[in-house]
Amino acid sequence: MSGVPLSWYLILSAVLFTLGVAGFLFRKNIITLFMSIELMLNAVNLSFIAFSYQLKQVNGHIFTFFVMVVAAAEAAVGLAIILTVFKNRATLNVDEVDSMKY
Amino acid sequence: MDVILFLVFATIAVVCAISVVVQTHPIASALSLVGVMASLAVLYLLLGAEFIAMAQVVVYAGAIMVLFVFVIMLLNAGAESKSGRSLVASWLGIPLIIVFLGLMSFFAQRWLPFADPVRFGAFKGGSPRDIGRALFTQYLLPFEVVSVLILIAILGAIVLARKELD
Repeated sequence: MSGVPLSWYLILSAVLFTLGVAGFLFRKNIITLFMSIELMLNAVNLSFIAFSYQLKQVNGHIFTFFVMVVAAAEAAVGLAIILTVFKNRATLNVDEVDSMKY
Repeated sequence: MDVILFLVFATIAVVCAISVVVQTHPIASALSLVGVMASLAVLYLLLGAEFIAMAQVVVYAGAIMVLFVFVIMLLNAGAESKSGRSLVASWLGIPLIIVFLGLMSFFAQRWLPFADPVRFGAFKGGSPRDIGRALFTQYLLPFEVVSVLILIAILGAIVLARKELD
């Protein structure tokens, strides 16, 4: 029985990344924007793992591990920023958060 | 069997990802994102990445998404309100994104014409033992730097989210 071509994994990764970009560009809610970024990070992780399989090396797994750690740090700081923005502006719509000082 | 598993979980991942983008309520988006991450964990297992599949479930689907759901509940975020978007964006956005996807898929197909097909169990280098060995020998310095980074991130989150004491 033949396996799955590696390019299918990369195309799936491209599809997920594109959906993340679409969500980031089209949505207004700042939390949904953040989730779109996480979706893009996951898509890139999938291609890292696929290339790691192809090259039979463990390095791609290490990069994915680091991406996960950085995503966790990003989520912690970003959600704290979202809390602060909501406290000051009382809105989550990015179109209304357009002035640096008020 | 490999093909069936890949197709099933790739379909779940894509459907959940579309749901992340399309749903108007943030909670629905967050739960769909958990679906994407769980199905990606299965695909990681198919690619022989046992440790990363485990970490995906525990760290992403567990910790990070709980943080998201917690913030959504805390802020009582409701459905997104419709607001006007520019005419150029609405006419050009979808075609440009499809062109972007087509280019990426084209290059993925073109640059890997002779790659071996993926078979479950053909690559056994992703066990926690191998990851740990690489992490604590070759990648020791990045590992320590990343631990300092996450410490700084925790402190930054605390400083940002604290109440002003004045």
